[in-house]
Amino acid sequence: MAAAFVDFRNVWLAYNEELLAQGHFAVEDISLQVGEGEFIAIVGPSGCGKSTFMKLATGLKRPSRGTVVIGGQAVTGPLKITGMAFQAPSLLPWRTTLDNVLLPLEIVEPYRSSFRSRRAEYVDKARKLLQSVGLGGYEQKFPWQLSGGMQQRASICRALIHEPKMLLLDEPFGALDAFTREELWCALRDLQAAQKFNVILVTHDLRESVFLADTVYVMSKSPGRFIVRREVDLPRPRDLEITYTPAFTDIVHELRGHIGALRKTGAEVAQ
Amino acid sequence: MSRLRPTSERLAPAALLVATLVIWQAVCTLFNVSDFIFPSPMRVAEQMWEHRTTILGHAWRTFWVTMVGFGIAIVVGVLLGFLMGSSRLAYNAMYPLMTAFNALPKAAFVPILVVWFGIGIGPAILTAFLISFFPIMVNIATGLATLEPELEDVLRVLGAKRWDVLTKVGLPRSMPYFYGSLKVAITLAFVGTTVSEMTASNEGIGYLLISAGSSMQMGLAFAGLVVVAIMAMAMYELFSLIEKRTTAWAHRGSQGAG
Repeated sequence: MAAAFVDFRNVWLAYNEELLAQGHFAVEDISLQVGEGEFIAIVGPSGCGKSTFMKLATGLKRPSRGTVVIGGQAVTGPLKITGMAFQAPSLLPWRTTLDNVLLPLEIVEPYRSSFRSRRAEYVDKARKLLQSVGLGGYEQKFPWQLSGGMQQRASICRALIHEPKMLLLDEPFGALDAFTREELWCALRDLQAAQKFNVILVTHDLRESVFLADTVYVMSKSPGRFIVRREVDLPRPRDLEITYTPAFTDIVHELRGHIGALRKTGAEVAQ
Repeated sequence: MSRLRPTSERLAPAALLVATLVIWQAVCTLFNVSDFIFPSPMRVAEQMWEHRTTILGHAWRTFWVTMVGFGIAIVVGVLLGFLMGSSRLAYNAMYPLMTAFNALPKAAFVPILVVWFGIGIGPAILTAFLISFFPIMVNIATGLATLEPELEDVLRVLGAKRWDVLTKVGLPRSMPYFYGSLKVAITLAFVGTTVSEMTASNEGIGYLLISAGSSMQMGLAFAGLVVVAIMAMAMYELFSLIEKRTTAWAHRGSQGAG
C-alpha cells in the first residue's frame, strides 16, 4: 500500500510535557495505513485511547513522536477535509435541522466566503443529504422535536455537508437502542457506498465494526496500542442478514477473543 | 408550558396577594394598631391616592434613574462577561476580584460617590449600575465558558477561529442565561437606586421614604415601598416575557435525551 490515504508511522502521543517526561503516553507506537475510500473500525475497551486517535487523525493534536500523513500531506493543524460526529449529537437547539446541517458551510472555506451568495444552492444540497438519510420533511424541525436516532442522522449529515474526504465517528451509535442502531448502520453504509469517503469508526460494538468496516483494528488499554488488524472479507453490499451468517459470527467471535484476552491479562497480547 | 397551566395556578399569585392584604387589614383593625406604627392597607391606599402626584413624580425619577443605571450595567456586564467567557486566562484572573467586589455592600459606596459626583442622579445611577452588573456578567461568562468540547472540536477541525465559535455557538447559547440574569439584575437595580436616594438625593422614592419617615407619615412611606415593588415586579415580568419570546428553545426540554 504505497499511496496510503491515511498514513500513521510510529505515532506516540503524551498529552503534555510533564506526561511526556514521565513516559506516560495516551497512545504508543501506532502505525497504520488506510487506502483511499477504505472504511476502518477501531475497537477496544473504554479509555484505550480511541478518542486520542481521533484527535491525531483530525490534526487537533500533534503527535509527540512519529508522523501522521493524510492525503499525501503531513498533518500540521486542523484538517478541513475531515468531518466528525460523536456519541452526543450536539446539535444547536436554536437552529432548525437544516440550519444545523448548514453550520459547517458558514465556517469552512471555500463555502464560507460564498455562503450568502450561493445559499440557495447549499440549502438544496443540505436537503438532499437529509433526504438520503431519511430526514426529508424534518428540515424545519428543531433538534428537540427529533428522536435520538434522527438527531444522530442529522449530526452525521452535518459532518458530511462540506464533502469531507474522511469521516471520523466516535461511538456515534452508542446511545441508541439496538433497532435504531441497525437502521443507522445501513444509512451510513449507503452514504459511504455512494460517496466513497474514508471512514474511521471508533466503537466498542464488535458487530457494528464487522458489519461496516473493511478493516478492524483492536486497541489495547493504557497504553493505547494496536494489537490486532483484521480484514473483513465479507462481500459488499452487505445486508443486515449477513450478521446472522457463520462467517460473520466467526469474525466477531475471533475479535471478541482478542478483547477477552486483553481484559484478562490487562497486558499486551502478542500479535 | 405556561399556556396549559391550570386556572388555579395562574390565579394563585393574585389570591395570595388578596389573602395577605385581608389578614394585614384584619390584624390592624382587630388590634387597633396605630397608623403611626403600622398602617393598614386601607390607610396606605388612602395615602397613595392623596399624594398621588408627589409619589408619581418621585416614582418617575426613580424609574428612569434605575433604567439608566441598568442600561450601563447591561453594556458593561455583557462586555466583561464576554471577555471572561472567551478566555480562560481572563476568567481565572477576573473571577476572584469580581467576587470580592460583589461581596461589598453597595450602600457603602454612596458616601464616596457623593464626594465624587455630588447629591443627585450621579450616585443613584452608579449605585444601580454597581449592584446589578455582576449577575449579568457572570451569566454571560458562564454561558460562553461551558461549551461542549465535542462541538468545539467539530468546529475547530473546520478551521473555525475562536471568534467563530463564540459568535456562532457561544453567544446564542448564553442568551437564556443572559435574559435570566436580566430578571435578577433589574430588581437589584431598583434596590441600588432607592438606597442611594435615601442618603444622597432630594428626589426619588428613596428620598420620599426618608422624608415621610422623619415626619411620621407611615402611610406615605409604605406607599413608597409599594410603588418600588410594583415597578420592580413590572420590569421583572417584562424581561420574563422577552426571555420566553426570544429563547423559547431553551425552555422546551433539552436535546440530552438523544
